[in-house]
Amino acid sequence: MLIKTKILLYGAGIAALLTLTRCFYSDKQNEGERLYTQYCANCHMDDGSGLRNLIPPLAGADYLENHRDELACIIQHGQTGNIVVNGKNYNQGMPGFEHLSKGQITNILNYVQTNFGNNNPRFSIQEVEKQLFKCRHLLEQ
Amino acid sequence: MERNKLSTLFSALLLGLSALGWQACSQGNSETSDLPYLGERQLVQREVDGQQVTDTAYHRIPDFAFINQDSQVVTSLTVQDKVYVTDFFFTTCPTICPKMKSQMLRIYEAFEDDPRVMLLSHTIDPKHDTVAVLRDYADRLQVNSDKWHFVTGEKDSIYSIALQYMVSAMEDEEEPGGFVHSGAFVLVDQNRHVRGIYDGTDPAQVDRLIRDIPALLPKKKKKKDADKN
Ligand code: HEC
Repeated sequence: MLIKTKILLYGAGIAALLTLTRCFYSDKQNEGERLYTQYCANCHMDDGSGLRNLIPPLAGADYLENHRDELACIIQHGQTGNIVVNGKNYNQGMPGFEHLSKGQITNILNYVQTNFGNNNPRFSIQEVEKQLFKCRHLLEQ
Repeated sequence: MERNKLSTLFSALLLGLSALGWQACSQGNSETSDLPYLGERQLVQREVDGQQVTDTAYHRIPDFAFINQDSQVVTSLTVQDKVYVTDFFFTTCPTICPKMKSQMLRIYEAFEDDPRVMLLSHTIDPKHDTVAVLRDYADRLQVNSDKWHFVTGEKDSIYSIALQYMVSAMEDEEEPGGFVHSGAFVLVDQNRHVRGIYDGTDPAQVDRLIRDIPALLPKKKKKKDADKN
């Protein structure tokens, strides 16, 4: 009888812990999704598919892997000039989002890296901070 | 517990019923071609056999002339006897335009093989969106210029025709990209009467637009299909 209650208690404890971490995790996930919908989906679409040869896809984009080191700066400062994504040329220009914090950029990037069928490694806030440090001169313009 | 189950069942039933009702309604709508005439009406007096008769003149899009991505002139004659969908955008728009264009592509694909339907997109930033810029934009969208015209022209003419389509568009430095504009898709019939205004960023409204277009088309094609069977 006693053992049973103990197991039950442990079980409840683990369940509570799980829900808590899930909450915490999905909060961040939610912020990433919310920011994506607010700032990115207009162009890259809700499913990350992009728009023909005008707007590059984020879903299954080789660019996310090949240019991982530049992604935080692309979001903060935008991008112009010709780029190649999955073998196709794009040259339309993306505006920057200078008001986004490094935490917000991290959440957006992690949303992109783990959705739309993508399964790329996540970003830590330190990694994003390091990337942004490299393009900080663009902020002073 | 039992009660909970019952009420869930009940709400599910209600939901199903209302969905059915809604569908029946909207289907009836698109079959009977009674799309409204939008815009201001004018009463016109006219004499027939010595009797005064009053006609209602519906709001009509005036004559226009713009230039498309092939440097061809696009006028009211180009859309004569066509049903067309029109919108206002600019190529460097940081907000809703790509979404509008992806929805317009759905209309393009739905009526790609029907020459009675055309698409007409006006730039509201003619200074930047030259013929060459529009050409590149259309090429990257991979669409055919006979079906989908991207036009530019005098800024004043574009802004005043937008008013005729009942679409808001103007310059505003405060706005992202420098312009305010609505994401409206305007459905225009063969006589240049406005028959519907839809939110071009909302897939559900664009679904409705795609269902409404056939209501404006002559039924000829359907008959032919029936004859074949
Ligand atoms: C106004 C439209 C627009 C918005 C809004 C926008 N982008 Fe982009 N994005 C583009 C275009 C166009 C390119 C290609 C730029 C070029 O040609 O140099 C691009 C490129 C990219 C790339 C690199 C190429 C690729 O497909 O992997 C990434 C990553 C990216 N955007 C992510 C984002 C994220 C995240 C947001 C939201 C914070 C965002 N974009 C908002 C238009 C946009």
